[in-house]
Amino acid sequence: MEIIMSVLAGILFMTGVYNLLQKQLLRIVIGTALVSHGAHLTILTMGKLKDGAPPILTEGVENYTDPLPQALILTSIVISFGVTSLLLVLAYRASKINHTDNMDQLRGNDYE
Amino acid sequence: MILAVLLPFIIAIFIPFLSKWKDKFHTGIVVTLVPLVIFTYFARFLGTDFEPVTRSYRWIPSLDMNMVFHLDGLSLLFVMLISGIGTLVAFYSIYYLHKSEKLGHFYVYFLIFMGSMLGVVLSDNIYVLYSFWEFTSLSSFLLIGYWNHKHGSRYGALKSMLITVFGGLSLLGALVFMHTITGTTSIQEMIANNEAILNHEFFPLILSLLLLGAFTKSAQFPFHIWLPDAMEAPTPVSAYLHSATMVKAGIFLVARFSPMMSASDWYFIIVSSFGIVTLCWGSYMAVRQTDLKGILAFSTISQLGMIMAMIGFGTKVAIFAAVFHILNHATFKGSLFMIAGIVDHETGTRDIRKLGGLMNYLPMTATLAMFGVFSMAGFPLPFLNGFYSKEMFFNASLDLSATEGIAAFLTSAIPYLAVFGSIFTFVYSMYFFFGTFRGKANIDQLPKKPHEAPVGMLISPAVLVLLVVAIGLFPFIINEPFISHAASAVYGGEAMKEIYFWHGFNLPFIMSLTVIAFGTILALTIPRWKTVYNFVPGVLSMNKVYDFTVDKSVVFSSKVNKSYMTGSLALYMKLILITIVGVSFTLFFMTGGFALELSNLAPVTTIEIIVALTMAIAAFGTIFTNNRIAAILILGVVGYGLAMLFIIYRAPDLALTQLIVETVTVALFLLVFYHLPNLTDRGETGRGKLINWLVSIGFGLLITTVAISSHSSKWFDVISSYFVDNSYKLGGGDNIVNVILVDMRGLDTLFEIAVLGLAAMAIYSLIKIKNKKEE
Repeated sequence: MEIIMSVLAGILFMTGVYNLLQKQLLRIVIGTALVSHGAHLTILTMGKLKDGAPPILTEGVENYTDPLPQALILTSIVISFGVTSLLLVLAYRASKINHTDNMDQLRGNDYE
Repeated sequence: MILAVLLPFIIAIFIPFLSKWKDKFHTGIVVTLVPLVIFTYFARFLGTDFEPVTRSYRWIPSLDMNMVFHLDGLSLLFVMLISGIGTLVAFYSIYYLHKSEKLGHFYVYFLIFMGSMLGVVLSDNIYVLYSFWEFTSLSSFLLIGYWNHKHGSRYGALKSMLITVFGGLSLLGALVFMHTITGTTSIQEMIANNEAILNHEFFPLILSLLLLGAFTKSAQFPFHIWLPDAMEAPTPVSAYLHSATMVKAGIFLVARFSPMMSASDWYFIIVSSFGIVTLCWGSYMAVRQTDLKGILAFSTISQLGMIMAMIGFGTKVAIFAAVFHILNHATFKGSLFMIAGIVDHETGTRDIRKLGGLMNYLPMTATLAMFGVFSMAGFPLPFLNGFYSKEMFFNASLDLSATEGIAAFLTSAIPYLAVFGSIFTFVYSMYFFFGTFRGKANIDQLPKKPHEAPVGMLISPAVLVLLVVAIGLFPFIINEPFISHAASAVYGGEAMKEIYFWHGFNLPFIMSLTVIAFGTILALTIPRWKTVYNFVPGVLSMNKVYDFTVDKSVVFSSKVNKSYMTGSLALYMKLILITIVGVSFTLFFMTGGFALELSNLAPVTTIEIIVALTMAIAAFGTIFTNNRIAAILILGVVGYGLAMLFIIYRAPDLALTQLIVETVTVALFLLVFYHLPNLTDRGETGRGKLINWLVSIGFGLLITTVAISSHSSKWFDVISSYFVDNSYKLGGGDNIVNVILVDMRGLDTLFEIAVLGLAAMAIYSLIKIKNKKEE
């Protein structure tokens, strides 16, 4: 199963990066979201999957899944939420002010 | 002693504040005191019974880098020059630089230079020496470019910087070599252990790197080209840095390492030949110049060459003469530079073709100039110090002995070259003096009506000229307590002690007379033979090589830059990703990092496959849909799929969080999308799409490979058992993930909240700006 999950993570990264390389601002935001999903999945897969009970201490259970990756991912989910929402608003402002969402037209002209 | 070295730096910090009141009193007054204090401090070391002093201060002991200051005769000579001439130059600059100039800048650079130059000559630690060495290059760059509105200043500053820093880097190379070979960073210990370096297989390389550093700094042929352009600096700077002190740093370096290297034949051959060629070329080219400071610049080059050659000779007489001439040159050349500055200041031009007959208008200046010029020419008068060292130079050039190879050829050629160089030295000295102060006066053509300089401006050159005469009349006064110590330090043993004016009617004296005879003839007939410069050097010059190299590298680098700094963020992103993918895969391949372990896998179940397939399809879907709402919803599918995977993989907290976050995210997307244009194609070409795909696929492959390999190879034990064991004991909670987040890694979580808060504030203000604008 870990192999399949690794491939899935690869696919998420691939589509995420492809979206990042596009010129539409919305696509770029979607790309970052996909990349962070992929990253979470990768961290989870690097440990062992389905190896023991959920990491909540219970009487009589000796074997738990690794809690550390979960803690890391939890932090990351929240952070990427912050990033995504900030990017969204930024994209919104940028396209409002410049009347375009095309990255190629959104370059500074100071050093041209 | 460390205070003496650091004093200029410390004062430099306060100069910007002081210069605010420059209208009331000139900043230079304070600055003049600094070298004066240093001069007084070091003056007490003078005396016949001088012994080297070493002081060390801890700096970075773990790297064997400490501020070790070793004051021997050679250092003392330079310290006296730096502080003594420094005092006079700073005093002179009070009158030279008007209060409307950027005095703060000038004096900060000036003091930085002074401090670093002191550091260069006192440091015993090679790396400390190197640091100070580069500081002198840097401050010289700043001082040459002081009048930065002039193109010439910027050009000259850049040129000097490029050439001296190039030399500085090669010096660093030599120092690192010597450190590795001897295992010490102390110059004195290296000298004691010089066999190891001399016999090392890399010795030729070390020698050439070291000498490259010295030759570029001391403007030896063919690296001399930066010095004439450095004359764009204010004249006090030219007098100080580019004649008396900084350009002698290269000579200092060679002299410092002379006890270590002089046993090598190549040392003699390289140093002497470069020196003697520089002497001849510099003096020959000086006559061609039309700018007063240009003449002095080439004259400095030639005199530096002469000193360099004498150090290369390495005999007792030669070393003594070299050290003696370092002092003499500083006195007469320093005064001549200041005189050139006065002429410039009072007439508004330094072009010798316009000048002439100034004797009647600047009588004091002319008198001072006369002493300086005749001392420089080596005129045999008992009150001119230049004659002594010139005579000793001839003496030393005849005193060489070598029996075979290049060295033998060199020893027989040197006396003739010495006479040749000296003849032209005589010619340009006369050219300088008579061209400026005698002849027909064209007062009407001068930008200003000339009149005698203010007394204050004359004091500094007058002091130097007094020294010229004093050393000439009573050479033994400075010899015993001063020069002989310096010579001993360079020679590595007891040095010659006597200086006489009259050596008898011997060969060196005949050489001197020859120089005067031919020199006078040539000086009187300059216009007749000046056409010779059209043939040698003609159109060939090192300047062209330099300009060509610099121009071409500027063009080349701007081409390279323009090829990828296009302003397109997508391109930058692609380049970064390609690099990451390329480097990572190369490393994977080289280190054999790839691993595939199939035995320890979790079982595959249908439901997981279905979820994974859905997510994969949805992920591709975001690319191929052009509908905004569809893209957002499909993204939501991926997020919810991930939440389901979290459930399957026994991570309830993650699943909960992911569900909430995903819902809010999708809601946010739906709020914003309306304001963004549709996702229609933005005119991407087929080739562009292909490259994007290749980059994405490469990166995806990299992630898959890394994930599989990291899962398959277990290098370390799992550390999670600690959390499982202590969650309840230390954190008092059953939910291990929660305990880790809020307790064991509580600070992380705190900062995470801070990040969210910042994001919230940013979002809020971004929306707020809009509202204001619309009102």
